[in-house]
Amino acid sequence: MISFPIIRVVSKLLIPYILLFALYVQFHGDFGPGGGFQAGVIFASAIVLYAMVFGLPAAYEVAPPKVIEKLVAVGLLLYAGTGFASLFLPRPNQDVPVTGNFLEYEVFQHNLLPGILPTGQHLGIFLVELGVGITVTAVMIIIFYAFAGRERVA
Amino acid sequence: MIDFQPWILEIPILALLAVTAVAVARIRDLWAAVMFTGIYSFLGASWMLILDAPDVAFTEAAVGAGISTVLLLGTLALTGKKEKPSTTSPLMPLVVVTVTGAALIYGTLDMPSFGDPNAPVHQYPNPGFVEKSLHDMHGLPNVVTSVLAGYRGYDTLGETAVIFTAGIAVLLILRPNKTDDFPSQTNSKSIPKPKPNVSSKRRKGGRK
Repeated sequence: MISFPIIRVVSKLLIPYILLFALYVQFHGDFGPGGGFQAGVIFASAIVLYAMVFGLPAAYEVAPPKVIEKLVAVGLLLYAGTGFASLFLPRPNQDVPVTGNFLEYEVFQHNLLPGILPTGQHLGIFLVELGVGITVTAVMIIIFYAFAGRERVA
Repeated sequence: MIDFQPWILEIPILALLAVTAVAVARIRDLWAAVMFTGIYSFLGASWMLILDAPDVAFTEAAVGAGISTVLLLGTLALTGKKEKPSTTSPLMPLVVVTVTGAALIYGTLDMPSFGDPNAPVHQYPNPGFVEKSLHDMHGLPNVVTSVLAGYRGYDTLGETAVIFTAGIAVLLILRPNKTDDFPSQTNSKSIPKPKPNVSSKRRKGGRK
């Protein structure tokens, strides 16, 4: 596909914007439509497009299979880890220290850079959606690699 | 000023969906069938957008029209591009499909009309979610996100685990080799190259 100038140039132009749009859908998901699932798929489709146009070896350099394989687990661990973190953090505004429930985001309340860093519920949703996004991206890319990396056994 | 009439878009899209579905079922050339499934997904995404579900439309466009089409093309590149002519009689499948379709249409007769606020889906879970979300989530306006990741966070953890499991399962079945994982086309030593005259064109096509 790399020998077709139109496809090569157009996809080179498009891929950065697809990635940017994926990040927008990911981090703006609290305010507009979107979230981790959609963003992950869009991000993965940019990598898939790159692999189709420039070949699998080039894509392996952008998104090495060894790294992507690990990211599959990292996203899920980030999600579950957010839940476990809330088990051990104290609830805000309590006289007696009480720790939160699983995935209770209220305990992430903090006063660091208010208005800039997400806090409380917002931080919890942010972390959870990030975990979803990482897992979905990695799974989509790894499935594509698994299919495209096979040779035809005739 | 004339109000926008949704049926102007709805009827053509639904008609095209039906036409595409019949085309997918009838066509013998599998490349064309895969492209038609991509078109079908894209029409489905447009339909979801008309129904005010942009989240679903996103997903349908990216997964259905994008990645699954690529995966199907990749599979065809590994197998073949022609469907074997069917030897069994099409009578039995026709009966099954007709009965199932009739049952489904019969089921829709009891359904509340589109957008009915008294429909069960809008009464349960508690509509209070929509009212209290803005306060609970410290001003996050998107109720879909707050239900998905906040109120129903545990369910979404399960969904993520499902995707994780799917990825692991595909890796277990399709991962190329234990020692030399993911060989590129240039340095695959273990697997013999296929005969170039048959398959090189197909492989190239598969990685469009």
